[in-house]
Amino acid sequence: MRIVVTIKQVPDTNEVRLDPRTGTLIREGVPSIINPEDKNALEAALTLREQLGGEVIAISMGPPQADDALREALAMGVDRAILLTDRAFAGADTWATATTLGMAIQRLGQFDLVLAGRQAIDGDTAQVGPQLAEYLNIPQITYVREFAIQDRQVKATRTLEDGFEVLETALPALLTITKEANKPRYPTAPGIIRAYREQTVEQWGIQEVQGDPEKLGLKGSPTQVKRSFSPPPKEPGEIIQAAPAEAARQLISRMKQRNLL
Amino acid sequence: MDFTFSKEHQLLRRMIREFAQQEVAPLAAEIDLEERVPFETLKKAAQVGLMGVPFPQKYGGAGAGEIGYCILMEELNKVCGATATIIGAHTGIGAMAIYLDGTEEQKQKYLVPLARGEKLAAFALTEANAGSDAAAIQTRAVRDGNEFVLNGSKIWITNGDIADVLTVFAVTDPALGARGGVTAFIVERDFPGFRVGTKETKMGIRGSSTAEIFFEDCRVPAENVLGQFGAGFLTAMKTLDVGRISLGAGCLGGSQAALDMAMDFAKSRYQFGEPIAQKQAIQWMIADMATEIEALRSLVYRTAWMMDSGQTGREFSTMAAMCKVYGSEVLDRCVDKCVQIHGGMGYMKDYPVERMYRDARITRIFEGTNEIQRQVIATNLFRKVGLRLR
Ligand SMILES: Cc1cc2nc3c(=O)[nH]c(=O)nc-3n(C[C@H](O)[C@H](O)[C@@H](O)COP(=O)(O)OP(=O)(O)OC[C@H]3O[C@@H](n4cnc5c(N)ncnc54)[C@H](O)[C@@H]3O)c2cc1C
Ligand SMILES: Cc1cc2nc3c(=O)[nH]c(=O)nc-3n(C[C@H](O)[C@H](O)[C@H](O)COP(=O)(O)OP(=O)(O)OC[C@H]3O[C@@H](n4cnc5c(N)ncnc54)[C@H](O)[C@@H]3O)c2cc1C
Repeated sequence: MRIVVTIKQVPDTNEVRLDPRTGTLIREGVPSIINPEDKNALEAALTLREQLGGEVIAISMGPPQADDALREALAMGVDRAILLTDRAFAGADTWATATTLGMAIQRLGQFDLVLAGRQAIDGDTAQVGPQLAEYLNIPQITYVREFAIQDRQVKATRTLEDGFEVLETALPALLTITKEANKPRYPTAPGIIRAYREQTVEQWGIQEVQGDPEKLGLKGSPTQVKRSFSPPPKEPGEIIQAAPAEAARQLISRMKQRNLL
Repeated sequence: MDFTFSKEHQLLRRMIREFAQQEVAPLAAEIDLEERVPFETLKKAAQVGLMGVPFPQKYGGAGAGEIGYCILMEELNKVCGATATIIGAHTGIGAMAIYLDGTEEQKQKYLVPLARGEKLAAFALTEANAGSDAAAIQTRAVRDGNEFVLNGSKIWITNGDIADVLTVFAVTDPALGARGGVTAFIVERDFPGFRVGTKETKMGIRGSSTAEIFFEDCRVPAENVLGQFGAGFLTAMKTLDVGRISLGAGCLGGSQAALDMAMDFAKSRYQFGEPIAQKQAIQWMIADMATEIEALRSLVYRTAWMMDSGQTGREFSTMAAMCKVYGSEVLDRCVDKCVQIHGGMGYMKDYPVERMYRDARITRIFEGTNEIQRQVIATNLFRKVGLRLR
């Protein structure tokens, strides 16, 4: 089995704070992490490798700092880590991101399975997985909470809003993995030290992916950011300044006044 | 000068913090109440390589050095002093003695499985009549052909009843005493004549086991002599030197946890119509805790850095003793203030603060009391100016 896992480095939203003055996100000093559901995808790939043998390759497109996300993947146990980084890739929308990832995966030669996270916690579109499957022209199963592989067939259970759906398809295929799928393993302590001191993260630029610059980055993005703005700040809330019991009394009487209770 | 942690140490801390919060913290109250060793946690720690953090990877360790090991002790002690003590006695002194003074064969045979967490270690020096005065130990080792025969007993040995491998100190020449008459041995629990005695009931770190052990004509192969024959006292002191840094790191973690809890509580507890954090009396306690914690952090990691960069002379030894004294006393003051800020809540068993207060007290006593550490510090200082203290 040759399994490719796409991982995105994202800001740890647990640590993101709002600037009380401007209402925008303070990104400075916020630690970067592997997108949580990409860790579920990594776990699924590593478990599969333990069962069937083979190789797990982690790929990320991002700025040079995304190196840290790939080191963590190495510390979890992946065999190979590739960082797609180049000025020409910058400013990509979801389609250009999927195109870049797709080209890189084609350069790897043969593969059996591509696993992506369901959704990134920052961009939040859940589009890259499906677009990547389209680019590679392989079947896709999204929102996977459970799957098994037998005789080069993958059988997967999808989480839908009102139930589950079981689908089957032939390899090679792409699955997007949800957080219900598993509990990601910890990177190991010796793995962390090796990842930084002995192992390498391959860096691929536009040359290595043999990409057409017109199809990548900002130029290759059909979606253009016209304007970016913070949503107008909400009406300031009111804090009832009183001891808890008194505050609760006041809150209840206010809610009654507005017919909320 | 550069005070930043390397990227690998940053990721190591993130991973250990997650492990501590998810695997260690949920059991902390239970193992304290039941006086139960959390074997299930030790197994998980072994799986992620946390039982041999400072040792090189060729000996089964993580290769994260003393700095990495201090990060482990700091993070574990934030959530559970007992679990940290078990791993500390195993890695920081039991296995550490073999790493520092073992032969290549001994390291392959013993250190590798210990560092991988397949086996558990202990460090056995203290006896009923030899606490601070460790040179007064009476356990005897007499040569008999290719073996040594050990007779005597040790008390208060952390992991003593559950360890597979013990670093044991015994007298090989009573006439020479500590200078040439004490030898260190690697003893396996299955050696004939090794027996476990009673397990103590303690004030704190109750999830760790502290036991009495006996040697009754216990036969130890001569190849299990650890370090130079007759130089066991040096092995003990060298090992304890190193252990003092990570002990300080553990105190740093405990102190930080006490500060974090005290601040959370001071923010949410209302008296006189406002959070108690509005009272200057509380603010000053918080400010004092935070200030001492930062001073301790610098001391601990600078000393760990000295060790990792091979600067292990007398100054290092002095600094290590300072880590132990200052660390344990900062912890003492921090948990005390934390209880005080919590008021009656800090005295109740429903809250981790009460356990932290009990767990903290041992750090001023074991691995050399603070009185002995001050003696080490002063002796080293006066020696520099030409005065030998008695
Ligand atoms: C706040 C924000 C809003 C954005 N809004 C839009 C928008 O509306 N339309 C648009 O076209 N673009 C948008 N972008 C840009 C674009 O979304 C990202 O640059 C793109 O790389 C990933 O999209 P996503 O974060 O939504 O990922 P998703 O599609 O939610 O991610 C799904 C999975 O795809 C894989 N993946 C995603 N990105 C990468 C990567 N760089 N490297 C490796 N694997 C990856 C991961 O496995 C991930 O779990 C936005 C970016 C941000 C930060
Ligand atoms: C929970 C626990 C776990 C332990 N684990 C281990 C272990 O794993 N391995 C091991 O070998 N030992 C272990 N010990 C033993 C520990 O190291 C000793 O308790 C410690 O060294 C002090 O010895 P003592 O208790 O006999 O006190 P004593 O030496 O009797 O001291 C009593 C008091 O006198 C003071 N004092 C003694 N001598 C002097 C002096 N010269 N100058 C000034 N003051 C002095 C001491 O500081 C102390 O205040 C453990 C102890 C405990 C309680």
